[in-house]
Amino acid sequence: MSRKRTLRRALYTLSPWLATIGFFVIWEVGCRVLNVPPFILPTPSAAVAALIQYSDGIWLNASHTMITTLAGFALAVAFGIALGVVVGASPLLYRALNPLLIGFNSIPKVAMVPILVLWFGIGTVPAILTAFLVAFFPITVNVATGIATMEPELRDVLRSLGASKADILLRVGLPRSMPYFFASLKIAITLAFVGAVISETVASNVGIGYLMMSASATFRVPLVFAALLVIAAMGIVMYAVAAYFERHFTGWATRSETG
Amino acid sequence: MHVTARTEKPADARFVHVHGASLHYGEDGEGFLALKDMSLDIGRGEFAAVVGPSGCGKSTLMKLISGLTPRSAGEVEVNGADVTRPLKIVGMAFQNPALLPWRTVLENVLLPIQVVRPHRSDYRVNKAPFIERARALLAKVGLAGVEERYSWQLSGGMQQRVSLCRALIHEPEILLLDEPFGALDAFTREELWGVLQDLWCERGFTVLLVTHDLPEAVFLADRVHVISNRPGRVIYTTDIDLPRPRTQEVCFTPRFVEYVHELRSHISQARQAI
Ligand SMILES: Nc1ncnc2c1ncn2[C@@H]1O[C@H](COP(=O)(O)OP(=O)(O)OP(=O)(O)O)[C@@H](O)[C@H]1O
Ligand SMILES: [Mg+2]
Repeated sequence: MSRKRTLRRALYTLSPWLATIGFFVIWEVGCRVLNVPPFILPTPSAAVAALIQYSDGIWLNASHTMITTLAGFALAVAFGIALGVVVGASPLLYRALNPLLIGFNSIPKVAMVPILVLWFGIGTVPAILTAFLVAFFPITVNVATGIATMEPELRDVLRSLGASKADILLRVGLPRSMPYFFASLKIAITLAFVGAVISETVASNVGIGYLMMSASATFRVPLVFAALLVIAAMGIVMYAVAAYFERHFTGWATRSETG
Repeated sequence: MHVTARTEKPADARFVHVHGASLHYGEDGEGFLALKDMSLDIGRGEFAAVVGPSGCGKSTLMKLISGLTPRSAGEVEVNGADVTRPLKIVGMAFQNPALLPWRTVLENVLLPIQVVRPHRSDYRVNKAPFIERARALLAKVGLAGVEERYSWQLSGGMQQRVSLCRALIHEPEILLLDEPFGALDAFTREELWGVLQDLWCERGFTVLLVTHDLPEAVFLADRVHVISNRPGRVIYTTDIDLPRPRTQEVCFTPRFVEYVHELRSHISQARQAI
């Protein structure tokens, strides 16, 4: 009985690993059994081999993409918070800016890369800006939501103490929007990364996205897949870091789980 | 526990003075009238209670008196001064304790100190006396020892005590309570009646209590007002002539029961008059 339970718990703990390993095993076996040509779909082992073979170039480009992503993400955080505070604290501005924000968010950001290239030339700047443009919106929305959904009782208590708008924002609005903010970081960092890679594939001569494009242009398909693996791994790591910060800084917001 | 018959100057009898006041929500024309021709006086240091059917405008009355929502017509004065914007001498507590989950109990109680002038600057210079004051207040409501816990680690009754402390820490002259015990079980509620009565006897602030619970109003108040269905106005007022400090036993005396019955019959009348 208890043995069964231990087993089940172990299965639960290990399930992400098992699923991931299982995915690659099926891929590998499938390719071999069905005899898929490597220029269509290389096996994961071939991709890993390419990864090792080209590790210098991959490392260089990946770290460049990382820096680009983080720069765009930092801009998105700063701008996203500022806009979120403004919009969340002022019903007037919320109403006024709402259509603009929604409209802007509906534009596929890939469509903006050519414009950015027109303005800033091919290279890192468009990639940073693309990362920024895709990532700030969820931050803004979440911060604004956190501030705007303050309990009316709390607002009344503070107003009846003679609190200014700034007091209310500082003492209640901002702290209570923090869980929303940290929750949005997970989404934002992933979006920033995707934005940076997309921009690199279209308009750059450095970065993991560029590497992927140039590899596919020269039919080095295993290298393309090696780059894809690296992209996925980087995405997971960034997500995990953001999730760690979320847990660390806003434990009170997940009190139902921990407390 | 001393309870003196307060000697009242004429001005003190109208410490809170509402006369012919009305309050209209929404735009002119549309929206609707929540209070109409509301008149009510509360003496300095008096414990007043307001009861009435749901939606009759009790919470609105509190917003009117505290200045949080401006009146549409009539007079609203507190301490002789016209109320045109939020008063700064009130403490408030609601059915929802509305504590800040990222702050400890002690930090929650200190919130008003960080906001109210002139305390906020004093607090920045020297925190110790205020922390001492908050601890003493928490101890008085039976919360010694939980100061460093987070509010969400407390039971509902404990949270409501914290909320009461937060409403009183800056020693407001008026305490506005909107169904503060509405979400609590009967035992906790009655216990908190005692806590509130003790605090009030000791400090002599003025209280306006909004409640659905008629025994609660009779137990706590000097005077109970019944408000009519929308638009709300006072249709009946009675003085509660029971000796203080009141204990649980008083709830079983014929006088007490009579007061409750009397109020109940006026409320059912108010409900029918839709
Ligand atoms: N901000 C608002 N805007 C428009 N109407 C409101 C607003 N607040 C309250 N009302 C309306 O005014 C009326 C009186 O509301 P109020 O909250 O004062 O009632 P209440 O007596 O406190 O009710 P309850 O006992 O259920 O708490 C209600 O019909 C309500 O719908
Ligand atoms: Mg109400």
